[in-house]
Amino acid sequence: MLIIALILIPSLAGISAFFIRNDPARRMLLAATAVIHLFLSFQAVSQIPLSPANCCWLALDPLGGLFLMITSLLFAVVSIYSVGYLGREGIGEKKDFVSSYFFVNAPEAVFTGCLLLFLATMTMVTTSQHMGLLWVAVEATTLTSAPLIYFHRHHRSLEAAWKYLLICSVGIAIALLGTFFLAVAASNQDIPLTVNGLMTHASNLEPTWLKAAFIFFIVGYGTKMGLAPLNTWLPDAHSESPSLVSALMSGALLNCAFLGILRMFQVASSAGLAPFGQGILLILGLASMALAAIFILGQTDYKRMLAYSSVEHMGILSFGVGLGGAGAFGAMLHAVNHSLTKGMLFMVAGNALTAFKTKSTLEVKGMLRLIPVSGALWIAGILAITGSPPFGPFISEFTILKAALDQGEWLAAVLYLSFLAVIFVAMATIGIRMAFGTPENGVAMAKKEPVLSIAPCIALGALVLFLGLYVPPSLDVIIHEAARSLGFL
Amino acid sequence: MANLADMIMILLILTNFALLGSSLLGMCINIAAFQGIIIGVLPFVTGQDPVSIETAVMAAGAMALKGVVFPWLMFRAIRETNVKREVEPFVGYSTSLMLGVVGLVASMWLAGRLCLPLAGKTITNTSLIMPVSFFTMLAGLFLIVARKKAITQVLGYLVMENGIYIFGASIVMERPWLVELGVLLDVFVAVFTMGIVIFYINREFDSIDASRLAHLRDWRRAKNASAPGI
Repeated sequence: MLIIALILIPSLAGISAFFIRNDPARRMLLAATAVIHLFLSFQAVSQIPLSPANCCWLALDPLGGLFLMITSLLFAVVSIYSVGYLGREGIGEKKDFVSSYFFVNAPEAVFTGCLLLFLATMTMVTTSQHMGLLWVAVEATTLTSAPLIYFHRHHRSLEAAWKYLLICSVGIAIALLGTFFLAVAASNQDIPLTVNGLMTHASNLEPTWLKAAFIFFIVGYGTKMGLAPLNTWLPDAHSESPSLVSALMSGALLNCAFLGILRMFQVASSAGLAPFGQGILLILGLASMALAAIFILGQTDYKRMLAYSSVEHMGILSFGVGLGGAGAFGAMLHAVNHSLTKGMLFMVAGNALTAFKTKSTLEVKGMLRLIPVSGALWIAGILAITGSPPFGPFISEFTILKAALDQGEWLAAVLYLSFLAVIFVAMATIGIRMAFGTPENGVAMAKKEPVLSIAPCIALGALVLFLGLYVPPSLDVIIHEAARSLGFL
Repeated sequence: MANLADMIMILLILTNFALLGSSLLGMCINIAAFQGIIIGVLPFVTGQDPVSIETAVMAAGAMALKGVVFPWLMFRAIRETNVKREVEPFVGYSTSLMLGVVGLVASMWLAGRLCLPLAGKTITNTSLIMPVSFFTMLAGLFLIVARKKAITQVLGYLVMENGIYIFGASIVMERPWLVELGVLLDVFVAVFTMGIVIFYINREFDSIDASRLAHLRDWRRAKNASAPGI
């Protein structure tokens, strides 16, 4: 019941947002829906049964619950930010700061409506227990988020939206084929295509088709998750969409795609194919980290830098699950930490973009002078995302490293550490250069920073710091249960 | 019915070759529509049991969508954007056909490697389903990468989707109608959204040539991205 409400409330709010004429009322609807959704999802997560029900297509288990919490929390914070953002955007023509001509925004009603529908579809991904329904939900997230990328109607965001729509649709179509392969693997004994049904009958699944299904799932959902080398749409979409959309895509959407892979992994591992799946995840994880390191080095666009950092962190998640054991626990914790940190960083990047009117890392100087709060959060965020203590990502990245060392995976551990080190140096150099110094003369002195654009960032920053010092027992239990449901611990 | 199923499979192979070799955009859309319709017939001729009502309704819905709605949407996009009626390939037509033959052979080989679990009640009466569905997917993917226009990319996506549908409709038994409905709805919205984006691409770039969508990249980036339409 609660789960249906979780999906229905944002859908209905989203549909009605298309028809509400009054801007402030619509923004209130967005924020109110997000807060109600947050409240209800915590309610739902606290009621997760320990033995998942076999009957339903929509149900919450610890793994889905963890990702639901991340999504809902991030969306609530971002929706507060978006109230201020939409207020500042206003209507009418705006000058494009990359090439000097004018563009307009998409209608705000469409933007808000799609945002809420996006939340509904992501909730559906986290609660789907049926592989077919999961596919429908993941494809629906693509369709509801494509209009969000094309909010600023200029040719770069259009290009990004087209690439996103086409590449992800084709990728996810491959996942549909994977789902059919899974159905073939299960066709011997009328096994239902629910996660639980497949797991209990795992020994009856045809292994060849199961392996093929796993590979197609990885390729399909991996495209959406941004695993190298399937990540080509990701930096474009993240850099051209409004910062709050980038925050949601990076912090929530990529996780949802990862959940698709994890569902398949659950099935494969209970069929005894865990080593096969782990090997693939390990290699793809390291490849993503390597590719991200190459592209972050010398990156001249700070939103693209953050986008490649998301590729890196998706790589870390995949690497952690690939290691298994404590590594899977670390990966689940890291999903939480990465989402919160990256959400904050993208919103701060949005503040910087508003103040400096450029995305070039070379032209932004003196954030601390011009926008002191955002500047301080920027430094903290860059340090956090690159895994420095005392922030949350340090704990989770360290857990994964320790798992690698404990298992004697020396080569993997060395590669993991060296990619992290390269990315740390590259991002810290860029980040610190942007924060310190004096702003260039052309930049207008900003007014006081609006509360609505810094309070959400401070909230997320505080959470990341808190998670670095102390993991609350209730979260710890859910993460343990999630890792256990993957077949580890 | 086995002969009928085999005939449909051979017809599907021919439509794929026609798509690869045809130079007229309108022709391609018509061929894809025809392909959509004959695929809709598949559940009636490949199954051995009588078809359930849900399956029949879904198949009819898929036929209407792929055979009528999508072509209509795409013809509308062509009309409104005033594009040249030629496909404009990156890879020439005869090369495309050659590659098509290679693709067909590869699909045959791959399908030979994967054998269906034939225990009990499987389901098909033609051995051509797997190679044909793989070949259709490959043809769709090839159209996406080897043709310049955004609209041919949508066409390629549809053909690829057709290939997956061939596999699903004729091999997979348990297909809950709710899921199938969701899949159809998703594909419909995808094509619809792509159609809208094509309108904007045409307005913004004065062309729906997807190869012009190349401003976003990491290296060799010009200091100022050139204005659209140049």
